[in-house]
Amino acid sequence: MKILISNISNIPLYQQIKDQLKDIILKGEMSDGDPLPSIRNFATDLKVSVLTIRRVYNELEQEGFITSQVGIGTFISAGNLELLRDSKRRIVEQKMQDLIVAAKTLKISKEELNEMMNILYEEDE
Amino acid sequence: MSNVLEVSGLNKSYERFSLSDVSFSLQEECITGFIGINGSGKTTTIRSILGLAMKNAGTVKFFGKDMDKHAYELKNRIGFVLDDGGFYDELTMKEMKSIIAPAYSSWNERDYKTYMERFTLSPRQKISTLSKGMRMKFALTLALSHEADLLIMDEPTSGLDPLMRSEFMNILTDYMKQGGKSVFFSTHITSDLDKIADMIILINNGKILFNEEKDTLIDTHRLVKGDNNNLNAQTRKLFLNIQETGFGFTGITNKLSEVQKNMKDILVERPTIEDIMLGYIEGGGK
Repeated sequence: MKILISNISNIPLYQQIKDQLKDIILKGEMSDGDPLPSIRNFATDLKVSVLTIRRVYNELEQEGFITSQVGIGTFISAGNLELLRDSKRRIVEQKMQDLIVAAKTLKISKEELNEMMNILYEEDE
Repeated sequence: MSNVLEVSGLNKSYERFSLSDVSFSLQEECITGFIGINGSGKTTTIRSILGLAMKNAGTVKFFGKDMDKHAYELKNRIGFVLDDGGFYDELTMKEMKSIIAPAYSSWNERDYKTYMERFTLSPRQKISTLSKGMRMKFALTLALSHEADLLIMDEPTSGLDPLMRSEFMNILTDYMKQGGKSVFFSTHITSDLDKIADMIILINNGKILFNEEKDTLIDTHRLVKGDNNNLNAQTRKLFLNIQETGFGFTGITNKLSEVQKNMKDILVERPTIEDIMLGYIEGGGK
């Protein structure tokens, strides 16, 4: 698990950690039931406060990414992952909608648009 | 999370110095740093809450129980390390231990031996011959040998070299990993706290200026550098303190968005705890 904290960023520490953990879960780098480090160990390794990690865990639990069991630990909860991936898909769909509108006004055909998409998609990789 | 210590309305007057209405609480499973300059009231506060100095007014509750009524029971659960150690110099460490151990009903001889070995202290050595670092290790050994749930220390790292300080931080981290433990210590070496603290309490002139989560404190404050021509009566008010030289100014703010609106070409950095502490003290606690 890789988490990097930026000291020059304006994003609050807990947000930086939360976003990166979310990415790790969404990309499937950790799967259902995998244990997360204890709050104290996590905080010590990242040199942040236990209160910050506690906040990250609490918020991720509320959003359904993880579950914590008192006295046992905190675990990835991928049961809702399909739901979460769906919501990510919806974000992309929305952007595509904008794209299609722009293409239509500029009289770019569907084939041309697909072609452009293919080129750009592969360039990025 | 419950509070392991609640102090409210603590007052203590000396001829030239007084603590006025000191109130704060410590959360369980947190390391709380108690900072302030020399003479700000750190030692007086610690001695008063431990009952080593008579307070004039106020209540002190450890683990939800009043310290005045349950002192013996509560002291079993607290390990403390004071500035001077309070040892008899003429005794050996073994002799000193045999005086202190019976005072605790939960004394754990095995823990004591483990720490003595870990710190490579030899029981037959006289206390007067110990170096500053060894004295601190011995005091810490005694504090950790009676299954205490809360460690309270007054300037444990002062006079220690960087290597010893880092070793001290590792001991604290190990202690916290047992779970259910809390630590409260005063220091004026704030770099120790940048790495390890969860909460920060700042005291100045016998008054508490803030009691805040360390990461929140750093997230909400910024160190700003810029050209002096950015400074005017209005923008100055956005800073806790400002230092000006011929090359520009440096200041601590907790109103970054307003600063960014009103100033051009500035550098913005995350502050250290020391920057923030000086900001509040030099700025008169605005």
